[in-house]
Amino acid sequence: MGNEHIIKSYDEELQRLDKTITRMGGLAESQLAAAIDAVMRRDSALAARVVEDDAEVDRLERDVDGHAVRMLALRQPMARDLREVLAALKIAADLERICDYAANVAKRAIALNVLPPVKPVFALPRMARFAQELIKDVLDAYVARDADKAMAAWVRDEELDEMYSGLFRELLTYMMEDPRNITPCTHLLFMAKNIERIGDHATNIAERVWFLVHGTPLEKVRPKSDVSSTAVVRPGEPA
Amino acid sequence: MNDMPRTAVARQDAPLVEPRAAPDLVPKIEIRRLRFFYKKFEALKNIDLTLYDKRVTAFIGPSGCGKSTLLRVLNRIYDLYPGQRAEGEVLLDGRNILEPGLDLNLLRAKVGMVFQKPTPFPMSIFDNVAFGIRLYEKLPASELADRVEQALRRAALWDEVKDKLRQSGLSLSGGQQQRLCIARAIAVKPSVLLLDEPASALDPISTQRIEELIAELKADYCIVIVTHNMQQAARSSDFTAFMYLGELIEFSDTETLFTHPREKRTEDYITGRFG
Repeated sequence: MGNEHIIKSYDEELQRLDKTITRMGGLAESQLAAAIDAVMRRDSALAARVVEDDAEVDRLERDVDGHAVRMLALRQPMARDLREVLAALKIAADLERICDYAANVAKRAIALNVLPPVKPVFALPRMARFAQELIKDVLDAYVARDADKAMAAWVRDEELDEMYSGLFRELLTYMMEDPRNITPCTHLLFMAKNIERIGDHATNIAERVWFLVHGTPLEKVRPKSDVSSTAVVRPGEPA
Repeated sequence: MNDMPRTAVARQDAPLVEPRAAPDLVPKIEIRRLRFFYKKFEALKNIDLTLYDKRVTAFIGPSGCGKSTLLRVLNRIYDLYPGQRAEGEVLLDGRNILEPGLDLNLLRAKVGMVFQKPTPFPMSIFDNVAFGIRLYEKLPASELADRVEQALRRAALWDEVKDKLRQSGLSLSGGQQQRLCIARAIAVKPSVLLLDEPASALDPISTQRIEELIAELKADYCIVIVTHNMQQAARSSDFTAFMYLGELIEFSDTETLFTHPREKRTEDYITGRFG
């Protein structure tokens, strides 16, 4: 964060924001990991815990909000300091959303666990691991205030979109093969969508880090590889 | 029911509030290679800076950085003191005001100045404002009264003093005294207004009155304000110059300077860090 403020408590307040965001980030990673674990091991107790722990993330977000508003009102931060506070506000909202998606995956795991196992479950953890890496990378970039690292993660989200499109087609095929797959595959489809959305929020965070460091928005156009919203798969045709 | 889509459309068509278009940038004062000395001490080092007409430019920087010195060069008020001299050029409407033989009274009528502490003369409110006008022009009494009223109105003081113009200027509150000084400065129809910490001795409400006044006066003058209050600089100026140890470190539009300054020294100063 560079050199110190003349007023020490100002630095302490900025550090508190930073620490809370880092803690939220850690929770986002572990919540997603636990949610996927719950899917893979068919562990409904674990899934229930993920849903429950989401409240902690909400609490931390409120903490960041309150603290940021207080700093804006009382410190009137300028330049880099202002971007620190704005970035914290927005990153907290992104992390909160990421955790919501993780909790949603967990909720669906509970539903999935009462149904017989389906094969394509195994395609999901690869996506989840990738999303987790993205979150980790953008958080590392935030902690190090490293815009290039943030940019590198930002570009990689495309791969996650591709995985999602692939999984989308695969799940449609399973559903067409056997209508009994429709219920579990629909849950899986939503899970995959949740994870894909997590990737989008990770790229948002990457953009915040870029803005925080440079003071200008990241304006390159990212290639979109999620084609599922326009994809059509018909029975008897290769997906 | 039919109202609903109409409401939606109306909302969509709601015009965005665009900021009032500012008049074009016209250089008013061009400072070129300006150096300033208090005896042997070099207080300003090679300053190059353009001040624009109908804009507010703020000078900020720590004490002793030269911002008040720079302001004092612009109406050559330093001439009143021995051992102070300026080198380089300061072009006001293209004419170098540093050249010897310049009519200083005329210069100071063109370049008005308001100081940190309100400096009303020990005379009536009316005479305070009429004082400058009488120096430069011989006007019939009714015309003089008109000019005084105009200046007081322009300085947003008229309504508060119109019934007591014969009372002493010293009877006014600090904020009113400062607006009286601004009225006195603009009564002689200057084109540049120099404000040296005009609100630092005032309470927050009076300060906001002065800032509102600055925003009003900007339409007609080139205004330069020296302030230690960075929020004030950020709120009330179009351009900001950051000075440090007699050098101009950074000059840019105020928004850029306070959101992402180019120079680390500027950033350290405006965010309250050690340089």
